[in-house]
Amino acid sequence: MPSLKDLKNRIGSVKNTRKITKAMQMVAAAKLRRAQDAAEAARPYAERMTSVMSGLSSAASGSAEAPRLLAGTGSDKVHLLVVMTAERGLCGGFNSTIVRLARVHANRLIAEGKTVKILTVGKKGREQLKRDFGSYFVGHVDFSEVKRMGYAQAQTVARDVLSRFDEGEFDVATLFFNRFQSVISQIPTAQQVIPAKFDEAPQVSALYDYEPSEEGILADLLPRAVATQVFTALLENAASEQGARMSAMDNATRNAGDMINRLTIQYNRSRQAAITKELIEIISGAEAL
Amino acid sequence: MAGTLQFDLVSPERRLASVQATEVQIPGADGDMTAMEGHAPTITTLRPGILRAVSAAGVQSYAVTGGFAEITATSISVLAERAIPVEELTGTVFDELLAEARSLSAAALPEDKDGAEKMVNEILAMRGATGH
Repeated sequence: MPSLKDLKNRIGSVKNTRKITKAMQMVAAAKLRRAQDAAEAARPYAERMTSVMSGLSSAASGSAEAPRLLAGTGSDKVHLLVVMTAERGLCGGFNSTIVRLARVHANRLIAEGKTVKILTVGKKGREQLKRDFGSYFVGHVDFSEVKRMGYAQAQTVARDVLSRFDEGEFDVATLFFNRFQSVISQIPTAQQVIPAKFDEAPQVSALYDYEPSEEGILADLLPRAVATQVFTALLENAASEQGARMSAMDNATRNAGDMINRLTIQYNRSRQAAITKELIEIISGAEAL
Repeated sequence: MAGTLQFDLVSPERRLASVQATEVQIPGADGDMTAMEGHAPTITTLRPGILRAVSAAGVQSYAVTGGFAEITATSISVLAERAIPVEELTGTVFDELLAEARSLSAAALPEDKDGAEKMVNEILAMRGATGH
């Protein structure tokens, strides 16, 4: 039976925890709003990029000299997994779901006899993957100093990936990130970026003139398309992270409230018991006289 | 008064403009061109330069660093890697752009070297044209 003082301290500390989780929840809510706005603002660019790319690529993929970014290297022996996670924890299952998906994917590829290379973005994923897949790591991009995800960050990742591709380090690249659905639901997603895959476009009737040339444009746009996909993934991830943190902290706040209630009842009971005990002692002392 | 076409300027981070314009001058990779209503459908890549949109509200100018434009008879969408309204251009912005282009050029593979150096020169030319 904990003493009254212990209980009192306990209640105090849980109250402090609740204050912290409540504050974190509100911060996450504000950041979520911003992250959602950013994702919203980036959508027109990404959509148009995809629609132009799918038109171009369906035209070019048949030809023999399609760029390697589109057609691939001709083999699929070496896979690069780009695992994008958060820099911070305390966001529920956000990091774990991405890591789990990447882990399943990697294990399957290894079982198929393929070579796996892992590029981690965000330190939480790196920490979680280190034990089982540490030997597959080829690099890490650190965004812990970055306050707001911008296109520049996406370009950093994209350049890293593209230069590895140019040097023939891998054949297929896949991004792992959480797609933002709602505050309570984020969907871990694997998206193949190299060789580029675009949804088959509804064949646009307009025949475009191309300047400089169709191949020239395609070669110019493919790296940009990779950067755009990375950027979309980063933004989705940022919004998901804040959403996950918000609901995790909301739960934590509620749990802390429940705990305070329970502890307060227990505290009152033992205080009452102590008083009753003292009274009984006084009365029975008086009776004995 | 000539007809108008829908002009959209989007960068990866946000939509900068969406207006009805009478003509849009874009710095195409193979030379400047002006798009007006009824232009043949064209897709062109951009070189760093100044983009001008003439609309009822006046002339708006943006410095773009590359990307592409999709022109149809009734609309033009410009997807610029980076687009900055001319009023916000300063020497510092150019310094940043130049530093970035130079570092890319230094890191470029031999076969891409020419393109990267051209990029640096284009930015220098744009800087000269805007007087910063």
